[in-house]
Amino acid sequence: MKIIKELSIIMGVLYLSNVIKEVSNMPIPATVLGMVIMLILLSCNIVKPKNIETVANFLLDNLTFLFVPGGVGLITSFGLIKGQVTKILIVAIITTAITVAVTGFTVNLLNKRKKR
Amino acid sequence: MKEYLNTPIFGFALSVIAFQIGLYINKKTKNALFNPLIIAIGLIMALLIVFDIDYEVFNEGGNIITFFLGPTTVVLALPLYRQLNKIKGKAHNILIGIAVGSIASFLSVIFLSKLLGIDEIIILSLLPKSSTTAISKEISSQIGGISSLTIAATSFTGISGYIMGPSILKLLKIDDKIAVGIAMGTGSHASGTAKAMEIGEIEGGMASLAIGVAGLMVVLIAPMVVKLFFK
Repeated sequence: MKIIKELSIIMGVLYLSNVIKEVSNMPIPATVLGMVIMLILLSCNIVKPKNIETVANFLLDNLTFLFVPGGVGLITSFGLIKGQVTKILIVAIITTAITVAVTGFTVNLLNKRKKR
Repeated sequence: MKEYLNTPIFGFALSVIAFQIGLYINKKTKNALFNPLIIAIGLIMALLIVFDIDYEVFNEGGNIITFFLGPTTVVLALPLYRQLNKIKGKAHNILIGIAVGSIASFLSVIFLSKLLGIDEIIILSLLPKSSTTAISKEISSQIGGISSLTIAATSFTGISGYIMGPSILKLLKIDDKIAVGIAMGTGSHASGTAKAMEIGEIEGGMASLAIGVAGLMVVLIAPMVVKLFFK
């Protein structure tokens, strides 16, 4: 019964965030809103980690698999990306390097400055 | 043959099997380039094309799997909550770092893409790629991108960060453990975090924190950036 109890909390939060999103028209994806609500519930000790842990670990451990069908959807956009694949890969590689470098540099600088 | 495909079991089974093959190849080669997700997607695409099967037919089963992204995104709060407890006092620097990094990601995607003459709809799909796939794909559809392209680009970003990240940080002489972790998580989400965990415990923890925080950051910044550069 533990799984059902955990799922009730998780799906309840997800449904609530969907309703809030519908009503308020917030520019935030409902699922992300659900994550924020769950974070607040955890921080306020209303939900404890052990109340959602089993299901959460199962889902998070298999997270990557869940993107398979969505990724296959690329098949419907082949026409759009035709001839631009190399450019897309170049952008992905260079911008990732920039993001890692800038983030690391900033935190490194701030942390070192504070120590002095 | 087509009548045998008209069941959600087809797409579901195909997804599971293709991913299992991807995991197997990844394990055998021990090479980050052989990413299980990309292998699975490629295998299924090839099969659908060869047998001339519509994506909709496959997705009857695929939808069931995709559905679980909802609850999974909600429980991303759990690792985030656990890490947040550990950074009290250093939160300030970390938040600034993630914000600066996320903005750098947006700006570099926009400028480089425009420089290369990439179509606007593709730029919009690439824009949220530094955040974790569960979040990037949602933002993509929200700002008018193609979510399937975002999923592919996000995985590729993960691979790039996994491979290049540590060398870049070493090259720039970034040795602060927190900085290394935050950089890996902000730049290349879950794959970056996997690499950070190989480097060390603090690095791994910080990277998993950065996934959640950077995701939220991207959610908040993306609409503004789109308004500023595209509308």
